[in-house]
Amino acid sequence: MSVVTDISVNEIRKQFPILNQEVNGKPLIYFDNAATSQTPQVVIDALVNYYQKDNANIHRGIHTLAERATTGFEATRKAVQQFINSNEVEEIVFTKGTSEGINLVAQAYGRKFLKEGDEVLITGMEHHSNIVPWQMVCDQTGAKLKVIPVDKNGEISIDEFASLLSERTKIVSAVYISNSLGTINPVPQMIELAHKAGAKVLVDGAQAAPHHQLDVQKLNCDWLAFSGHKMYGPTGVGVLYGKRQLLEKMDPYQGGGEMIKEVSFAGTSYNDIPYKFEAGTPNIADVVAFKAAIQFMNEVGFEFLHHQEQTLLNKGREILFDIDGFLPIGNAKEKASVISFLIDGVHSFDLGMWLDAKGIAVRTGHHCTQPLMDHFNIDGTVRASFAVYNTLEEVERFAEALTDIVKKFRK
Amino acid sequence: MSIESKQDEIIEEFETLGDDKWFVLEYVDDLGKKLPEIPKEFMTEEYEVKGCQSKVWLNAELKNGKVVYCANSNTSTTKGLISLLVRVFSNESPNDILKSEVYFPEKSGLQRFIGTQRSGGFAAMIKQMKLYALALSSKSQTDA
Repeated sequence: MSVVTDISVNEIRKQFPILNQEVNGKPLIYFDNAATSQTPQVVIDALVNYYQKDNANIHRGIHTLAERATTGFEATRKAVQQFINSNEVEEIVFTKGTSEGINLVAQAYGRKFLKEGDEVLITGMEHHSNIVPWQMVCDQTGAKLKVIPVDKNGEISIDEFASLLSERTKIVSAVYISNSLGTINPVPQMIELAHKAGAKVLVDGAQAAPHHQLDVQKLNCDWLAFSGHKMYGPTGVGVLYGKRQLLEKMDPYQGGGEMIKEVSFAGTSYNDIPYKFEAGTPNIADVVAFKAAIQFMNEVGFEFLHHQEQTLLNKGREILFDIDGFLPIGNAKEKASVISFLIDGVHSFDLGMWLDAKGIAVRTGHHCTQPLMDHFNIDGTVRASFAVYNTLEEVERFAEALTDIVKKFRK
Repeated sequence: MSIESKQDEIIEEFETLGDDKWFVLEYVDDLGKKLPEIPKEFMTEEYEVKGCQSKVWLNAELKNGKVVYCANSNTSTTKGLISLLVRVFSNESPNDILKSEVYFPEKSGLQRFIGTQRSGGFAAMIKQMKLYALALSSKSQTDA
């Protein structure tokens, strides 16, 4: 599919049963996709099918159900490998989400290799999940956390980034697409520069995976973390990609079943990658169903996804910016389908409540990016984030609802 | 009117409003607008209720043995909600406030406006109001 038509979007919408409902007496408009996207029927069916037919613990059982569950679980690992074009399937570690992936690298790599005087570099627009794990490991190792500043448009400068790199920089951990602003960072150039400086690079791909075709071999990132629930998949499933040689050098993150080769009271030897990072019974059902989400995205195709989301973004920018007191936060040249804004004289929490009364779901608050909010000297924004199933008509209704609310507050 | 009677009155008011969220929000918003202005000297960090997502300022004083509260918020919905707490607790004795139980949000359906995100903040407001009652009660006993 390469041409966006209303018919094709309508066909896609039909696959998402949750969208066909009224909230507070109005047809639901779901614009909180950057927090959690909705799941198509194929994902729901895969989840139900797993529990109805295949549920068992994986890897160790020899019975038929255990074999089916294991096959389903490992089939998703293969699908993820192909989805991000990693070199080997063993480079795919399942986590419960992006946050766990970043924590895993911070503890399993950072804690082992960082030392006093080393530096970890992040951007000023990071989600707390890409700040706090580094603060923790810096406290533990004596390394220093440095921040690439964000400008008034919500962008970082590649020159400024380059000037912060030095032989002390050991890890660069950067968000590909800002969850609060939608800014698309120049991550490919950042990776190249960081590698020249001798640093390893972790990419927070939580917002990138739903919108961009990620090719880890082309990107040449050292780690990539992302979440299933932002890409039409179930909650509680995440992926950490890591280059084999790095994953092998890293110590296990947690101890337990599955991650061992042999255990005795004298000592323990660890399993191979990726299993040494998957202690305990994983979220098998959701991992199995995640494959259906990847298949859904592959079938829709990134060309269509990108076109549809940019069409919605452009429409939003065209009509929302005319609303009385509308103040966009973040005007990056390269932006994903996120519109973050304030309305002069109306608090973002109030806007969220009144929009909900109109059946419109948006996110309000600091979006787990308090340092970024401090940079803009605000305590939060309203964030409308679009997915492939959203329509131009919904964006128009959103603008009408906002106009009504603003009029009410201006009385 | 007792704290319980005032809560029952609020429950009755909200029952008559029905389920339309827009309509109920307008009512809550109007209640907030009617909340008396808090003196500017109390809109400082010292008087801020910790634990709320939006900013809430609260102060209380003892008048003829009764606690009188004043409050404000930077969001209209929160201002409306806190106006209900001010209505429930103001002009009551510290002892009555301390032994009271707040049940009107759940029974009036207002809980859905407070939501899981704001319930911690709402609980913090109630706790702060009770702390004022406790402090004023101790002060009045010392003064006596």
